[in-house]
Amino acid sequence: MKVDNIYKEEKKSAFAKLSEIIITMASRPSGLIGLSILVFHIILAFISPYIAPHDFKAIDPTLMLQAPSAEYWFGTDDLGRDVFTRTILGGRTALTITFFGSLIALLWGGLLGIFCGLVGGKIDDVVMRIVDAFLSIPWILAMLLIVSLLGTSTEVLIPALGFFYGKGIVRVARAATHDVIAKDFIVSARARGHSNFSIIWNEIIPNVRDAILVEGAMRWSWMLLGFSSLSFLGFGVSPPTPDWGLMISNARGLMSFAYWAVIAPIVGLSSLIIGINLTADAFAKALGIDRSTKAPV
Amino acid sequence: MTDIIQKVKNLSIGFRSKKGEEILILKNITTNIKKGETVGIVGESGSGKSTLALAMMGYVKHGLYTVGGECEFNSSNLLKMKSKELEKIRGRKIAMIPQNAGQALTPNLKIGYQIDEALQLHSDLNEKEREKKISELLNKVRLPSPETIALRYPHELSGGQQQRVAVAMALAGTPDLLLLDEPTTGLDVTTQAHVLELLNFIAKDTGTSMVYVSHDLGAIAQVSDRIIVMYSGEIVLEGPSRDILKRPIHPYTHGLLKSIPKLSLAGLPESMPGSQPQPGTIQSGCSFFDRCNFSDENCKNNSPKLEFLEDLNTSVRCFNHEKLVKESRVSQTVNKIKNKSQDKEILNLSEVSISYAKQKLLDQIFNRISDNNPTVKDININIKKGETIALVGESGSGKSTILKSIAGLLRTKDGLIRFDENRNLSSDLKERDPNDLRIIQLIFQNPDESLNPNHTVEEIIAQPLKLYFGLKGEELKKNIIDLLQKVRLGEFYTSRYPRQLSGGEKQRVAVARAFAAKPDIILCDEVTSALDVSVQAAVLNLLQQLKEDFGTTYIFVSHDLAVVRSISDRVAVLYQGRLCEVGPSNDVYKFPSHPYTEVLLGAVLEPDPDIKPKLVAEDIVEERPPEKGCSFQGRCSRIVGDICKKEVPPWQLTDSGNAIRCHIPIKELQKEQF
Repeated sequence: MKVDNIYKEEKKSAFAKLSEIIITMASRPSGLIGLSILVFHIILAFISPYIAPHDFKAIDPTLMLQAPSAEYWFGTDDLGRDVFTRTILGGRTALTITFFGSLIALLWGGLLGIFCGLVGGKIDDVVMRIVDAFLSIPWILAMLLIVSLLGTSTEVLIPALGFFYGKGIVRVARAATHDVIAKDFIVSARARGHSNFSIIWNEIIPNVRDAILVEGAMRWSWMLLGFSSLSFLGFGVSPPTPDWGLMISNARGLMSFAYWAVIAPIVGLSSLIIGINLTADAFAKALGIDRSTKAPV
Repeated sequence: MTDIIQKVKNLSIGFRSKKGEEILILKNITTNIKKGETVGIVGESGSGKSTLALAMMGYVKHGLYTVGGECEFNSSNLLKMKSKELEKIRGRKIAMIPQNAGQALTPNLKIGYQIDEALQLHSDLNEKEREKKISELLNKVRLPSPETIALRYPHELSGGQQQRVAVAMALAGTPDLLLLDEPTTGLDVTTQAHVLELLNFIAKDTGTSMVYVSHDLGAIAQVSDRIIVMYSGEIVLEGPSRDILKRPIHPYTHGLLKSIPKLSLAGLPESMPGSQPQPGTIQSGCSFFDRCNFSDENCKNNSPKLEFLEDLNTSVRCFNHEKLVKESRVSQTVNKIKNKSQDKEILNLSEVSISYAKQKLLDQIFNRISDNNPTVKDININIKKGETIALVGESGSGKSTILKSIAGLLRTKDGLIRFDENRNLSSDLKERDPNDLRIIQLIFQNPDESLNPNHTVEEIIAQPLKLYFGLKGEELKKNIIDLLQKVRLGEFYTSRYPRQLSGGEKQRVAVARAFAAKPDIILCDEVTSALDVSVQAAVLNLLQQLKEDFGTTYIFVSHDLAVVRSISDRVAVLYQGRLCEVGPSNDVYKFPSHPYTEVLLGAVLEPDPDIKPKLVAEDIVEERPPEKGCSFQGRCSRIVGDICKKEVPPWQLTDSGNAIRCHIPIKELQKEQF
């Protein structure tokens, strides 16, 4: 019986690490709930076109604002479209756009933050003041401006959202880098004469990766909310594409007598956001990062 | 008996591992603290000594729990008490002095206020009386002018003064028992000696019992009446302090005392093999079995019990202690170092000064440094190929700063650093070519910080090999394994992460990384101060061995004068960034001639209750070096006159080759030693 195995783990493959993290996440109730919601939404996004019972854009004036029934599970909206069909399809665009948007945010925010943290001095000062300046602009106004100038295509929305949600990541990545930068292993690498690139890649990234990933996961849920707000304002996806933000916006005037047309997309949107949030928190805990000690930016 | 104030009975504290196994940190501890005695608890990190001290206050760290046993204070079990009841005892009856007073004091409250707070909680005095008591307490811990100190903030005090304030606060409730957790570990040697002397005085004066927890046998020897030696969560030896230090009858203590470098002996001490087992790994047999020189079959299978030997008044946990009783006097054998230092000069620092001052805009534009009173000034040292030179001094003496400049991490203000007689090393890292960087390698103090926690040992050692020699594939692997073997680590370490290694193993990996670059000079920055004593000797021996094999030159920075003594050929004593004395270590240690050297050596604590530190100078700390005159003028007890304050003292040479910087004539300096 060897107990000392706990002290002698071997280097693991990336896959083994990931599965271990997921198992740890799922071992907490909140993590399990978050993960299940998120996985449910992702699966739904993939299979919804094949399981949708009705055509999402089939308008039928005779079926206007029907209450939920065996035929139309979540009822119909003001144009007689099936709310269930539109709800299960409504997350696809939002999920895709924000997923790639947060990847972009992670990439540029993370790298710029690490770079600033490493070089410091004047360059750091200037870059950080620019980031601060952007942080002070109300993002929704800026987004509206961009969207109205360049249109609402995916090619515009992804980089624009990615840009606006990456600013916060710059600060987190920079702070995480500062934690590492004073350590002797960085000094040691500098004294050996490694290049900045090599120091970032080999010494810093492995140590700040976790913090940045967690931050990125949180940003994803915020971005989802932001994107839905854009749709709600009519600047996200264009009709008749089903989208939660748009559906809420269309049906909100009829709430008093056709609540079903609003409630379904609201439940869809909020459950996804809660799912991502819980998952990100569980992810942070599984990695041993305490988010509560870090102020959100 | 009535004079026992704390009774620890069969105390076991443990935690549950991820797999649900119960792992014990403390195993069946039984001991008593008598009224008025000072008990020293010694052990390496992880031996459970702090956990025991905290349990004596009725505190169990988060994540740990009491498995069994009790801590009785005034015949009530602290570990079962409710927090309301404990509040009445903590501070009033039992007080604690933490390791780092700087962090234990609230930074934004004045000293007086903080002591007042303790008084309000732990005494029934009214405001007037409290005010009087505050200056009384500050007086008692020998802080100069209590009235002004009370109005200061913690950051305005030096480390030693902060520690004194912590002592004053602990005394505020006039406790019966004082727990001290490594109270002098972060302090300079001279300050440490003063604080210990103060604690001794307080113990006698107030009749308080003290429990002094430390890894430093030298400090323990100065204060304690009785010593408890802990190993791997167990008491292995307990008895009167003199007997334990002079005639240790447990093999662990025996080896420990052997492995401590002594001031009086040049050469490296014998090292103890291996390291302390991780908690939970020992299933049967004696926990010291793997490292023991006296062990036999019996030790492997059966765990020894703590036996009380009446004739020696000592408890010991060893089957073979009788063998040790016979030959227990620690005969220190040292491996004399034989250095073949050549006459060839390898590194020359001339007139080097380094400044930390923030540069004005104009100076930045002209790329110059203007500072009339730089942190480090006038450093002239020649270092010969193959020698080990040590820079010693208290914190703030500029020893690490000089190392950084040699490594190119810090720009010099003036002066030249020359390598190999004619190659100028530019002061900036970016302007040095890769070969200049390769020839000088650094080993850091704390291997936890100097090794990237996300790299395996293989990746760590591969870095210099890839960078300087462009090695790849099989050849790289072969070189790594080769290096690991040189630092006595096996091939299977390649896939480990630093967190899976013990402190000594980590430092070996750091050593291997430094040697991977095939350097000519290795800068060792306090390389052993983060290590346990038993491991320290092994690392020192390894460094010496490697040096003999490769002919490397070491520049060794340390505050531990005994360690410096054991490994160095020459010593340079620094005070406030100025050199005081440079010379062969034998001479510097035998006849300390510069007043500062005398102070430093006098304050060193030896694990021998008969050798008391000599407290020559005040333990004040100076913020900045004086603008004019001798750097040591502020604390020197042998000031000649105004000349010390006005003129920089000249270098004087002794017959043996010591260079001393003092206004006192050399004959007089040497005479006063005897």
